[in-house]
Amino acid sequence: MIKFLLMVNKQGQTRLSKYYEQVELGKRAALEADMVRGCLARRKEECSFVEYKDYKLVYRQYAALFIVVGITENENELSIYELVHNFVEVLDKYFSRVSELDIMFNLDKVHIILDEMIVNGHIVETNKNRILAPLLALDKMAEG
Amino acid sequence: MSDVVEKTLSALPGLFDNVTQTGAAKITSGLKQLIRSITELTSKHEEEKLMKQELSAMKEQVSSPNTSMKQMREVMVRAMYCEMLGYDASFTYIHAIKLAQQGSVLEKRVGYLAVSLFLTEGHELLLLLVNTVLKDLQSTNLIEVCMALTVVAQVFPKDMIPAVLPLVEDKLSHPKEIIRRKAVLALYKFYLIAPNQVQHIHAKFRKALCDKDPGVMTSSLHIYLQLIRESPDGYKDLTGSFVAIMKQVVGGKLPMDFYYHNVPAPWLQIQLLRILSLLGREDQSTSEQMYEVLDESLRRAEMNHNITYAILYECVKAIYTIHPKAELLEKAARCIGNFVLSPKINLKYLGLKALTYVVQHDAKLALQHQMTIIECLDHSDFTIKRETLELLFRITNAQNVTVIVEKMLDFLRGCGDEHTVIHLVGKVAELAEKFAPDNSWFIQTMSDVFSIGGDSLQQDVPNNFLRLLAEGSECKEEDDELRLFAVDSYLTVLKGDASHLPQHFLQVMSWVLGEYSHLQECVDQREVIRLLAKLLDQRSVSSETRVWILSALTKISEGQTDLILELAESLSSSQDTVLRQQAQELRHLSRDSQLQECVLPRGAPWDSMEVDSSLSFLDGFVSEALAAGAAPYKPPHQRQEELSEERALNLEPYSFSLPVSLSSCSITDRQSPPLLSVSSGLSGNSTELSQKEGSSTLILEGVRRVWGKDGYLPQKETAATAPPVDEPSIAVHPSGQQEVAERIETQPEPSTRNQDKQQLASSLFVGLGTQSSISLLGKSEAPPPRFRKKPRPHESSSSSSGTSERSSDSSSRSSRTTTDSFLYGSLLEEEPVTSTSTTTNGLSQNKHTEGDRRANTSQILGSDMVIVRPNTIQDRHPPSASSDLTALLPSEIKDLPHSDVISLTSDPSLSLASCRMFRDEALLLVIFICNCTDTVIKDVAVQLTCEELETASLRGNVVDCLEGKSTSVCHYALLMDEPHTNVSFTGTVSYQTQPGHTNTLPFSGTLSTVDFIRPLVVTTEEYGKLWLSLSHDVKQNLKLLTDAGGDPLKTTLNALKDALQLHVVDIIGSEGIVACRLLSGAPCLLHCRVNGSALAMWLRSPHPSLPDCILYHCQRALAEH
Repeated sequence: MIKFLLMVNKQGQTRLSKYYEQVELGKRAALEADMVRGCLARRKEECSFVEYKDYKLVYRQYAALFIVVGITENENELSIYELVHNFVEVLDKYFSRVSELDIMFNLDKVHIILDEMIVNGHIVETNKNRILAPLLALDKMAEG
Repeated sequence: MSDVVEKTLSALPGLFDNVTQTGAAKITSGLKQLIRSITELTSKHEEEKLMKQELSAMKEQVSSPNTSMKQMREVMVRAMYCEMLGYDASFTYIHAIKLAQQGSVLEKRVGYLAVSLFLTEGHELLLLLVNTVLKDLQSTNLIEVCMALTVVAQVFPKDMIPAVLPLVEDKLSHPKEIIRRKAVLALYKFYLIAPNQVQHIHAKFRKALCDKDPGVMTSSLHIYLQLIRESPDGYKDLTGSFVAIMKQVVGGKLPMDFYYHNVPAPWLQIQLLRILSLLGREDQSTSEQMYEVLDESLRRAEMNHNITYAILYECVKAIYTIHPKAELLEKAARCIGNFVLSPKINLKYLGLKALTYVVQHDAKLALQHQMTIIECLDHSDFTIKRETLELLFRITNAQNVTVIVEKMLDFLRGCGDEHTVIHLVGKVAELAEKFAPDNSWFIQTMSDVFSIGGDSLQQDVPNNFLRLLAEGSECKEEDDELRLFAVDSYLTVLKGDASHLPQHFLQVMSWVLGEYSHLQECVDQREVIRLLAKLLDQRSVSSETRVWILSALTKISEGQTDLILELAESLSSSQDTVLRQQAQELRHLSRDSQLQECVLPRGAPWDSMEVDSSLSFLDGFVSEALAAGAAPYKPPHQRQEELSEERALNLEPYSFSLPVSLSSCSITDRQSPPLLSVSSGLSGNSTELSQKEGSSTLILEGVRRVWGKDGYLPQKETAATAPPVDEPSIAVHPSGQQEVAERIETQPEPSTRNQDKQQLASSLFVGLGTQSSISLLGKSEAPPPRFRKKPRPHESSSSSSGTSERSSDSSSRSSRTTTDSFLYGSLLEEEPVTSTSTTTNGLSQNKHTEGDRRANTSQILGSDMVIVRPNTIQDRHPPSASSDLTALLPSEIKDLPHSDVISLTSDPSLSLASCRMFRDEALLLVIFICNCTDTVIKDVAVQLTCEELETASLRGNVVDCLEGKSTSVCHYALLMDEPHTNVSFTGTVSYQTQPGHTNTLPFSGTLSTVDFIRPLVVTTEEYGKLWLSLSHDVKQNLKLLTDAGGDPLKTTLNALKDALQLHVVDIIGSEGIVACRLLSGAPCLLHCRVNGSALAMWLRSPHPSLPDCILYHCQRALAEH
């Protein structure tokens, strides 16, 4: 099961966070900083999975941006690693060459995309067209 | 992939203009300004300042009536930023709900999004969302329906599910796939939070599984994975469907947009593989259905892409989980080889993880990859190393334990991560206990564990160790030898510098020295006293440890009055009152050797000690305090509950306030019974103790007591079961070496290995390949643990401390025990009927239960049957002709409490009647088959079906020949795995009156959860412990029975006890605690409190739906009263 998904830049600033299990608001910032430190400390040739407390972190770097996913022990790390990539490909398709700023200026839309892909910590949709369909419909209606 | 996100922060300033131009229309100035400021932040201080500003600006904006919905949407995104950075923006929550309600589409979506991000399950504002959701679900605009379903699948108040359920159900047949898909996901959410609510729509789940759209089918798999995990037996019939789906997916039948990097729906494949492995587990015929598709899956996944490896990993796991097939296992093993040998580090990791899983079933595989494993052990990557140790932990046996433990300790010494240390140290302790080759190694390893584990070590590690020392094994000489080793070793440690040692270690040492230093004759007791006293002077020693040390000193003080008095003198002016008190006791005891002997008898076994865990010796004190006007004790959770009630609006009339009184303080320990407080009950004799309370209040906290007044208890285990230490493994040792050697020879790249590694390999993997026949399902038989703990009579039936009894044999675990049966995991035997005599054998608790049940009077339950629980069967006068039938019951079950006999069905030749008998571990459904004719009836066969129940055994359901006017008895032992309020069973009986002419006669009946509930006999203390560990809870106010003039709480609880077979654990003032369990194991704890004219009932259970069921029956029982 997926516990949370974070998008953090190299400076350790959170750009997006989504928790699928309740974590107190006050504790999130410290937790995120701690986890990102753990991921940043790792070298390129080391594997993309780190143990953190009683769950595993799967992280993947895109330029200056890290995507970190917290999962339970019984989850398949590699499939999550690829899920992250699928997510980025979806973002790329929607924003046509996504950048950190796209994500910042469209925080709500990135969340809407994520809500189509992961619900309650489970992967519910991976088909790119279907993930984007509701959002594109919303955009169309907002314009029209 | 770096081209996906190319623009980095360094290019930020220039980018701003671009972005704002392209997206200018959408992004308003407030948000733009905020984002600009956020990117420019350089310190935490600045961030705080910015957020403070931002929050107050937003506060102003939301409260202004002129703010448009469009602006509100922007405010919501800003609030998301604030919350994301950890700043509370709760004042916007209500506006998020308003936006969802009033905004147009995109605004509405953002409103819903904000709700799902801000509000957690159970937030009271969620109730305000219900109407909006209802409206949107009925909207003609599909996008609105869609977003309503999305939010329902994320957060929705549990109590309001019935309001939207019919609408969501309707959507299952909506023409649009996206609506159907989201409806399925919403139902999945409902299933997770309130499984009872969606029980009736299981058929619709099946429809969703067969949906023509692959997306809808995929969504339904989440529900099925969950359902099958909970009870695989109920869904075996779907195996064919899952296999068919898998075949189509693997065979490329899906549309192209379901592909990810040319792999068809990989995440769907993974999900299906998980479902298949759950279904095929320990089930040969089901497994056979899936061999082909698993084989194909392995074959297809040849493409060199991460995602195919992710599928392969799941596939390999499935192959090793289901009933084994040699050919597939071989392929899977080869597949693991590809992983482990891969130069890609992520694949290597996954390979190790797969290997860790697989070696549980086939330890030989570790041999094949021993060189890789050794390389990974020295890998620079922490994660890889860690996973390798996990793997080694799984293959540890009596021969390689020293090497593996050494590796683990080495790793731990260089590891800074506290969580990893705690986790691994526990494993080292487990291995040491299980496989220790000799005493000195064991003591040394445990010392390492204590010093490395430090103060974060879990309490059960020292507890288990001390218990092991104290309980001993079958042989007293061996035990004493071990204890002696410990004493010697600790004396050496203490003679050195002890200032850096962790508290746990000091506690263990002082306990051992206090208890066993007398065994070592060549050591002067004065020296021991001096060493311990020296510790007291150290500043780093915590006050808890001081208590341990003083207790130890108390035990060895005999005959050393001068030293002790000196010590007591020096402590009598201590700041710490507990220490001062102990010093007083020490002084007192050292002067009175008779008292010393009586209080601290030397060498008595600790299991003869009885603990008055209910603290009954305080009853007098408590009632006096109550009489003097003190408030009754309230457990912490209730106090908290009341406190939170106070915060909300109080709609009830004012009642008494809650003064903190002496009595409530004095018995708070009831609620938190950690091991240490057990010591406050010195012996079972409460009256004697309460007298002692007055004279010499002896508090020896922190010391587990191991003596009793009686002598050494006789060993209960026979010599035959005593484990011969490592005899079998020694015998196979040489062949193991040989095997290793052979494997090494077949290694493909001999040049890369050096001799050190080979040596390490042979010591690590010794004893793995020696089992002549590989037991594929489950671990090959583990050697008996070296230190066998003595069985403890109190624990055998109701142990809640699962940590102490570690089962080393995983193969014997059946799938059923993996659910919630940590309390009552005992499995039924093949023929449980014969086991009745053993279950009641000597267990005082069972007698208790029996007594409870006998005391019950008759009680109407359900509309169709009347349960009569007679005082004793023998005394009972048969009230009707049908109950004559009970005389026909087989003698071994005759004495069980049972219901009345009711008629099931009849025809001119046969009549069927049934009766329910309540056995401790199952419900016996007894069916009486009466031949009403004068002629012989042949080939009578009864068949009973009930989907919700599990038949553990049956007897006598086929009768070759039934004489005229005679009756045959058959009985089914039934179990309920999943609580259902009521279940109905159907069945047929077939018989032949004339040869070749078969008649069938159908029958049916209903059973209720109540039939499957048994009292759970626990002490108040165990109840408290269990309560805290349970996760699912339900609260409800029930009717309080006030008739009969007695105490309403007692009257109500008794009524419930009679109706539901509950165990009333304790009644304290206006509260009662009650416990019961479902037959298969899951306990349910009930906490009842008189609240005005109602009974506030709070139920907890590890099982999500059990509280609901029990609550339902409680309500019913009280309504009928």
